[in-house]
Amino acid sequence: MAAGQEVTATSYIQHHLSFNAQPVGDGAFWTLHVDSLATGVILGVVATALMWWVVRGATAGVPNRRQAFVELLFGFVDDQVKGIFHGKRDFVAPAALTVFVWVLLMNAMDFLPVDIMAWILTNVFHQHEFRIVPTADVNTTFALSLSVFLLMIYFSIAVKGLGGWIHELFCAPFGSNPLLWPFNFLFNLVEYVSKPLSHSLRLYGNMYAGEIIFLLLWLWAATSLSGAFFGALLGVGWSIFHILIVVLQAYIFMMLTIVYISMAHETH
Amino acid sequence: MNINLTLIAQAISFAVFILFTVRFVWPPLMKAIEERQKQIADGLAAGEQGKQQLEASGKLATEELGKARARAAEIIAHAEKRGLQMIEEAKSSAKAEGERMIAGAKSEIQQEVSSAKETLREQVAALVVSGAEKILQREINAQAHAELLNQLKREL
Repeated sequence: MAAGQEVTATSYIQHHLSFNAQPVGDGAFWTLHVDSLATGVILGVVATALMWWVVRGATAGVPNRRQAFVELLFGFVDDQVKGIFHGKRDFVAPAALTVFVWVLLMNAMDFLPVDIMAWILTNVFHQHEFRIVPTADVNTTFALSLSVFLLMIYFSIAVKGLGGWIHELFCAPFGSNPLLWPFNFLFNLVEYVSKPLSHSLRLYGNMYAGEIIFLLLWLWAATSLSGAFFGALLGVGWSIFHILIVVLQAYIFMMLTIVYISMAHETH
Repeated sequence: MNINLTLIAQAISFAVFILFTVRFVWPPLMKAIEERQKQIADGLAAGEQGKQQLEASGKLATEELGKARARAAEIIAHAEKRGLQMIEEAKSSAKAEGERMIAGAKSEIQQEVSSAKETLREQVAALVVSGAEKILQREINAQAHAELLNQLKREL
């Protein structure tokens, strides 16, 4: 928060919704949201390193609690993948696990109280603008969904061959009559565009909305004593409900990742 | 909502995390889990096998016991039969012996009786002869009357 400036509702929300954008070149594209990237990378490193540390000491005998917890996670993801994807799970299952854990942790950043985090970031790290929830940044969700999109294309071609994939683009789902080719292609195009779009925007929208609602509640809490009381009360309620949203969105994101990749494996 | 370089940077970090998980995190734990599943399956199979073996040996034991019982019953029956037979044999041989002894005794008695009769006959004949001698008061020529005397003896 810029010191000495009067805080209005607009400036409060604007402040909390502005990225720590660092230009790295000319043009609007050459900007880096350091906050999303740093939080995302730190969480990803922590999660994968933690799992790696547990897994390195894994035993086939009686597992300790640490291992049992990670095994529970693995088993959960593996079961989901098993139910949808019929094939070798060497890549798909660990990818789904990564998606789930990473997205879950990034979503969970929403639980951190924004103003306390802002104070810490301002006074300890000297960062005035820092958004702590990477999944409330379209860049992150599109990074994930477009990676999944590329995997879809890759597996489509790997399984059916380039010819098979192109054939499918024009001959499915309506039929291989040349008259139907444009319709088939249009249909597939819409499908290919809508998949990453809906995949990423669903997660982004949920997390962004969650963030906004928290900000509105804290805004209310700043108005008066009763506002503080009811704002805190509703904040607790929303936080509890948000636990569901955070886990559910991570779960949905993982499931859609598995579904899209497994659809790419299927031949029509 | 502005797309920028963050997207590519996040995609790269995503790819790195996925590759790391695929390469280093997933396989060891899955291997451990599969190994444990195999151990459990083996253990269950061994338990099942043990149960089956126990069942089979129990059946065998029952069978053997039945066989032994039948054999014992057979032996007992045989022994009983043999005992009865021996008793019967002993009885019949005793009876035969008794009969033989009775017969011997009877014949002995017969002999005794006949020899006593003979003696008696001779004594009576002598008495008769001496009586007759006395009656006749003279000596009878024994030789001359031997035939007569013998005839007398026979009649007695």
